[in-house]
Amino acid sequence: MTAYTGTHDYIASAELMQTVNVAVALARPLLIKGEPGTGKTMLAQSIAAGLGMSLLVWNVKSTSKAQDGLYVYDTVQRLYDSQFGDGDVSDISRYIKFGPLGRAFSSEERVVLLIDEIDKADLEFPNDLLWELDQMEFTVAETGETVRAARRPVVIITSNAEKELPDAFLRRCIFHYIEFPGDELMRRIVKVHHPDLEMRLLDQAMETFYWLREVPGIQKKPSTSELIDWLQALVIGGISPEEIAKRLPFLGVVLKKDKDVEAAAFAVRHPGAIRPLPRL
Amino acid sequence: MFVEFFLLLRARKIPVALTEWLTLTEALSRGMALSSLSAFYSLARATLVKSEAYFDQYDQAFQEAFQGVETPAEIHDEVWKWLEDGAHLSGLTESERAALEAGFAGLDLAELRRLFEERLREQEEAHHGGSHWIGTGGRSPFGHSGFHPGGLRIGGESMGRSAVKVAAERRYRGYRTDAAVGVRQLETALRRLRQLSSKNEGPLDELDLDGTINKTADHAGALSLVWRRPRRNQTRVLLLMDAGGSMHAHIGACNRLFTAVDRATHLKDLRRYYFHNCVYDDLYLDATCHPRNSIPTARVLQELSPDYKVVIVGDASMAPSELLEPNGIIWWSASNDEPGIEWLRRINRHFHRVVWLNPVSERSWESIYGRDTIAIVRSIFPMFELTVDGFTAAVRNLMVRR
Repeated sequence: MTAYTGTHDYIASAELMQTVNVAVALARPLLIKGEPGTGKTMLAQSIAAGLGMSLLVWNVKSTSKAQDGLYVYDTVQRLYDSQFGDGDVSDISRYIKFGPLGRAFSSEERVVLLIDEIDKADLEFPNDLLWELDQMEFTVAETGETVRAARRPVVIITSNAEKELPDAFLRRCIFHYIEFPGDELMRRIVKVHHPDLEMRLLDQAMETFYWLREVPGIQKKPSTSELIDWLQALVIGGISPEEIAKRLPFLGVVLKKDKDVEAAAFAVRHPGAIRPLPRL
Repeated sequence: MFVEFFLLLRARKIPVALTEWLTLTEALSRGMALSSLSAFYSLARATLVKSEAYFDQYDQAFQEAFQGVETPAEIHDEVWKWLEDGAHLSGLTESERAALEAGFAGLDLAELRRLFEERLREQEEAHHGGSHWIGTGGRSPFGHSGFHPGGLRIGGESMGRSAVKVAAERRYRGYRTDAAVGVRQLETALRRLRQLSSKNEGPLDELDLDGTINKTADHAGALSLVWRRPRRNQTRVLLLMDAGGSMHAHIGACNRLFTAVDRATHLKDLRRYYFHNCVYDDLYLDATCHPRNSIPTARVLQELSPDYKVVIVGDASMAPSELLEPNGIIWWSASNDEPGIEWLRRINRHFHRVVWLNPVSERSWESIYGRDTIAIVRSIFPMFELTVDGFTAAVRNLMVRR
C-alpha cells in the first residue's frame, strides 16, 4: 500500500504527511482541526487521490443523528406502498437505505470516508459513533443483517472546534491541528492556484492580508481560501500594488462581516495599537 | 518505554490516557518514528495530545524529558516552604493600623517590586511576625496573613483585604457543594429565563399526532402525516463568577446560586467562567483561577453572540487601582495593559443585557470597604443583591427586550 506524500494541488507539511500515514497504518480515525478555510476538506480529497481510493463524504448537519450515517429505514414509503400496492412490501430490505458509513463498510474495496464538521451536530453525536468506528460493523435491527467492513475504511474527521468533543471519542483518534500557514508555505499554496502572479502584487497582497489578520476587533479572520479568491479578484480587476495599500479594494472578498469591514477601515485611519498598513 | 515522559505529560495536566499510550507504543514497535527525534515529537503529539490548547504544555514536557532543560521557577521554592509554616496575625489596635497605613501607603507598584526583590536577596532564613522581612503574620509589606494596606502578598489567605499584587499558589475551593435550602426559590426564578422560539423557527421534526389523525380521517383513510416545530427555549446565559479572596465570606449564597444554575436544564446554552476580583485579559475555567486553565476574554467576546444574557456575580470590592489602572491585576506574573474597567465596559457594549449580582446586602453598598469600586461598577451595570428577591428582579431585568 502506498504512503501518502501529498498531491500536486495540495501542499501538505511533512508533519501532516507523517500523521496521515500513521493514522492509515494504525487503522485509527484521523481528527483534523483548524481555523475555517485552512483546507481540511481539501485534505481528505487529496488523501483519497494520493492513496488511490474513492472518497465518500458525510456532511454533518446540526440535525444529523448517528443512526442516519449507518442506515435509514424508510417507514413512510413502506406505508404508502402498502396502501397502493407496489411490489413486495414484506421485504424490509427494500426500504433500508445505507448512509455514508454504511456504504463505506459494505464497499468491496477500501475507501476514504470523510466525516465533515463533526462538531456541528449534537453533543452526543460523536459518542454514538464510537462502537461502530471501533468494531467497523453494525447490525440492521429490522432485518437482522450484520454489515461488516471487509477492508477497513480510512476515516477522516474534521472539526471547526465550535464545540468540545467528548473525551471517549478523542481517545480513539489520531489528532492533527492544521496551523495557519506562515509566509513561505502560503506562497507555495498560492503558487498552486495562481502560478503566474506578478511578484510585487503578491508581496503587497500578502503583507496586507497578514496585517488584516492582526487588526483587533475582527471576528472572522480571513483564511487561506479567502486570500486565494482575493488574488483572483485583484488580477481580474487589474489592480496595481499601490492601489491595494491605498484603498483596500474588493475587501468584501476577504472580510465577510460588516463589523469586520468597519474595524479594518478604522484601523487604516487610526493605526494606534497595531503597526500601520505596510506599503511596499 | 518512555514511561517518565508519559508521567511528565500527566503532571502537566495534559489528559493522556493509557489507551493512547499503548497506541504510541504500537506505532513505535511498527517502526514509525525511526528517523529522528522530531519525527518522534510529531508522532507522540499526534497520538497523545488531542487539543491544540495543550500543545504548549506538551512542548514544555518534551523539553524537560529530552533535553534536561528545567523550566525556571519564578519564585524560589524555599520561599514557598517558609511561607507554608506561618503564624496568623493577632489583632492590631486601631492606632497601629492607622500608623501602618500612613507609613507605607505611598508605595507604588514598581517601587514595591524593587523592594521585594531586594529583600529576597537579603533574607537568609524564614521569618514570622515582624515588620521588615518577608514572612507571615507580620506587618512587613511582603508576605502573607498580615496586615499591610499597600503590600505585596505571597500565598496564603487574604486577611487584610487590601493586597495590591499577589504571586501565589492559589488554594481556592470550588463552589460545587449541594446546598438544598433556598435553591428551590432560585430555580423558580431561573425558570423565568425563558424565551421560546417562534413558530417559524426550528426544524419540522415532531409528529403532530392529533393533526395526523384528523388529516388521515379527512382523506378517507389515506395516511397523511402532519409535522410541527417543537417550541424550544432560546435563552442562552453567560455566568461570570468572582473567585477572589473576599468572596469566601459569601460562599454559601454562591453555592446556592451555583446549584440552581446547574439544575437549569431548560436553557439553550450555559457558559460559566471565573475571574479574580475584576475581569481582565483572561477568564478562568475553574475557581482555582490558574492561568493554565484560562481563556482570553477577547475570545469569549468573539465566540458569544450579543443575545447571551450575562450574569456577573461578585462583590465588586477591590482596591481602586485594580479596577482603574493598567497592571492592576492582582497576580504577580500576569499583567494587563488596559484597566479592568475597560474590560467591563467592553462586556457591557457587546452584550445586550448584563446584570451584576452582589452577595453583599444592598444596605451596605454605600458604607462598606470597597464602596468606591461598587459605585463605579453600579454606574456601568444594574446591580442587584444576591437574595431571592434581588435575583428575581435581576432576571426580570434580563428578560426585558432592548
